[in-house]
Amino acid sequence: MQPVRVFWTGFVLHFKQLSASPFMLGTAAAWPLVYATLAFLMFRATDQAPSLLYAALGAAVMGIWSTTATSAGGAIQQQRWWGVLELLVAAPARLILVLAPVTVAISGLGVYSIASTLLWGRLLFGIPVHIEHPVLFVISIPAAVLSIGLLGLLLASTLVLYRAASAFSQALEYPVWTITGMLIPLSLLPIWIHPLSWVLAPTWGMAAVRHSALGGNVGIPLLICAALSLAYTGISVLLLQHFERLARERATLSLT
Amino acid sequence: MAGEPVIEARALRRTYRTTTGVVRRKPLEVEAVRGISFAVERGELFGLLGPNGAGKTTTIKMLITLLLPTSGEARVLGRDVVAEAREVRKRIGYVFGGDRGLYERLSAYDNLRYFAELYGVSGDRQRKRINEVLDLVGLRGRESERVEGYSRGMRQRLHIARGILHDPEVVFLDEPTIGVDPVGARELRETIAGLIAGGKTVLLTTHYMFEADALCDRIAVIAKGQIVGEGTPAELKAGVEEGRVTEIEVFGVGDDTLARVRALDGVNAVTVEERDQAQLLVVQSDSDREVTAPILAELDGIEIGRVSSREPTLEDAYVALVTGAE
Repeated sequence: MQPVRVFWTGFVLHFKQLSASPFMLGTAAAWPLVYATLAFLMFRATDQAPSLLYAALGAAVMGIWSTTATSAGGAIQQQRWWGVLELLVAAPARLILVLAPVTVAISGLGVYSIASTLLWGRLLFGIPVHIEHPVLFVISIPAAVLSIGLLGLLLASTLVLYRAASAFSQALEYPVWTITGMLIPLSLLPIWIHPLSWVLAPTWGMAAVRHSALGGNVGIPLLICAALSLAYTGISVLLLQHFERLARERATLSLT
Repeated sequence: MAGEPVIEARALRRTYRTTTGVVRRKPLEVEAVRGISFAVERGELFGLLGPNGAGKTTTIKMLITLLLPTSGEARVLGRDVVAEAREVRKRIGYVFGGDRGLYERLSAYDNLRYFAELYGVSGDRQRKRINEVLDLVGLRGRESERVEGYSRGMRQRLHIARGILHDPEVVFLDEPTIGVDPVGARELRETIAGLIAGGKTVLLTTHYMFEADALCDRIAVIAKGQIVGEGTPAELKAGVEEGRVTEIEVFGVGDDTLARVRALDGVNAVTVEERDQAQLLVVQSDSDREVTAPILAELDGIEIGRVSSREPTLEDAYVALVTGAE
């Protein structure tokens, strides 16, 4: 069995399934427009603010995180409601290869966020979409999406045994925006928060996206983003092994 | 491995732990399966037959590695279901009954493609194998439609297609015809019979007597977590062939009266079937005892309709075994 194939097929089909939901699609495409509008108006009001493209990209990634925070925490619970979780666990593929595509597909809906936000900025606010390093930009976007999806997987794996998983995950929506620099530059945050920002892969994914679009070092943020994403995957593997054993003991796979 | 059973359960036991109460929670243990043992040979269609809550699904879930046994041991194709779960999973297929368990917004083809990948069906074989199973379950031509538009019978056939995609040696079917209309259920039974003709070993759980009788080579009757009878359908029937069944139509029989009928000499089992205004009292008794008159005496004062007597069927054997466990 080829893990990459299993992951990719899972990602494509879950993405297809999510894209067939008008609610998910509408949320992913429309919600970031609210963030973007607020950010554009705030940034316009001050001379010291970064460029409007900076705000547009931040709003788009905020949209990706919002979709992930509201859906990924309860992703395993969702599979359980559909009656699919038992079948996924009964398959010989490793649980990480089954569940990672689900959360990455949720964050993958972010491509709609990026497209709608850049279009909105261009049409309503006349923001020119000039990308400094187009190739690196094309690499940075999936890196940011993947890092957010894997953070979602970590959340889903941590919270899987709790029925309030979804609510807790949603409560993390605003704090993560703030401390990963999606909305405002990290330099504006208190120094003691910085270590927390550094261990969150989306911080580096966001930096890579912005640097590739506006200029700056892209390689280091991309590497750190990849390393942290790998670490999240490793922790998720251990958590899911533990969860599977516990679920087989407690008979919770088929419960709703 | 020659001669070794394909599925083997030894003193398998499963207890569920739960709590009662809201403020002062008290731990509660429910014994769903209480030390059952059986073996299934290669190419056999073995039925686990029992009423709802008898422990059939719990047993099947232990065998397919979704539940850990509290004690006892189970092996599938010679592999331990606890220590070698992944190896067991590669070699078995699992199908359960009901509406759930499918990605509704995806097509049947996409559902099958996903599970083909999870079961390691290689890319070049996938399309051919998916077409084969679609042919087998009669869904060819409908595979590009979204599952949300499928009827219950079609969903169930898709479940079977998913369960056999990777060509497993052993297939576990947990009440596959539940909720399916009679025509759809008959088609499903033909598909199940086709699995055996294709050389697979099948373990089927059901609470439909005629289904077990029509399909199974051997049946284990399970009640209250224990096996209360095992054999071929003919052997199980033979267990009650020496007896006799008396059916009495009554109007408004009470529990006290039923208890007195059960206590009569020669009476082995008594069940009551609700029929609109009336109830049908089904009494199994020894053939050498005349029980009709004593029963009618116990029913004195209750309005009585038709009274008849007949030969026992497999259903009577099942009822006798299950009620004997109560």
